[in-house]
Amino acid sequence: MLRNFVLSLVLALALPLPALAVEPDEMLDDPVLEARAREISKGLRCVVCLNQDIDSSNAGVARDLRILLRERLVAGDSDKEAVDFIRARYGDYVLLKPPLNGKTYVLWLAPVALLLAALGIGGATVIGRRKKSEVTALSDTEEQEIKQFIKQQKSGDIS
Amino acid sequence: MTRMLALLPLLVAVVFGGFFLWGLNPERDPNEVPSVLISQPAPEFALEPVAGLETPGLSRADLVGNETPVVVNVFASWCVPCRAEHAVLTSLVERDGIVLFGINYKDEPDDAARWLAELGNPYARIGSDLSGRAGIEWGLSGVPETFIVGTDGTVLYRYVGPVVGEVAVAKFREALTQAGALKQEGV
Repeated sequence: MLRNFVLSLVLALALPLPALAVEPDEMLDDPVLEARAREISKGLRCVVCLNQDIDSSNAGVARDLRILLRERLVAGDSDKEAVDFIRARYGDYVLLKPPLNGKTYVLWLAPVALLLAALGIGGATVIGRRKKSEVTALSDTEEQEIKQFIKQQKSGDIS
Repeated sequence: MTRMLALLPLLVAVVFGGFFLWGLNPERDPNEVPSVLISQPAPEFALEPVAGLETPGLSRADLVGNETPVVVNVFASWCVPCRAEHAVLTSLVERDGIVLFGINYKDEPDDAARWLAELGNPYARIGSDLSGRAGIEWGLSGVPETFIVGTDGTVLYRYVGPVVGEVAVAKFREALTQAGALKQEGV
């Protein structure tokens, strides 16, 4: 009874595993090359489905690109060469992580710049406030004025 | 200094407002995949003719040295929008004298031949891209896609999706005129 329950629970939890897009006939026999191909394809954008990598996409073009990528690796390309081969055809857009170059400086540096600006403004405000709250002794003339004022108050001469 | 700081919210509002204006522009298509091919030489490829068709095959060499810029259309018999686009392309060939080449993308030759027999064949050359490898060379993201290639083999324009409907056709005709493939923006 308990065994059946555990078994069905395990099955129920095991079945909804996500189906893999990479089909067995695409895979390379060499596990090292295949692992490299999987890793690279996770960083390449599927040009049909846009925000999906080609490793998890079922689109036809994604499949073609996976096969092409594996061919390049088998031909002896380094990871970078294989990516550059696809990049030459589809542009920087095919990379899910945009590279740092003239066009993307704003993209990469804006968060740091904004953070620094925020820290700067915040720091300046805090320091500015602290300075104002500092208590300094009154000058001699001010002391005189206050004494006179208090004297007037006491004598009831308010004017 | 403090006075200047008072202008900061206005500045921020202007910057954000500018972004929103840019984002609301109906001309902007956030799904557009920028092409690296524009102003670049057309990719190297050589495709056999579609088996069972009289039309000759298509390779890179055929794109160079034509009298006018040529139109390269990627199509397939299994592509439903291609059917609608076919009429537009046929009219461009018959009425405006455009030179039209085709890349038959991942299509069974028999299906392609039947499709063209039914709808007519406006293509001067058709290359059969069974593996889809030429499609990758062209940076293809789907079918149909249409390119305008200059007489020196430079890719001048790319249209993603079917050239169907008034807006799309007007846009494509304008690109053709700019490329010099259409004499004048006519009727």
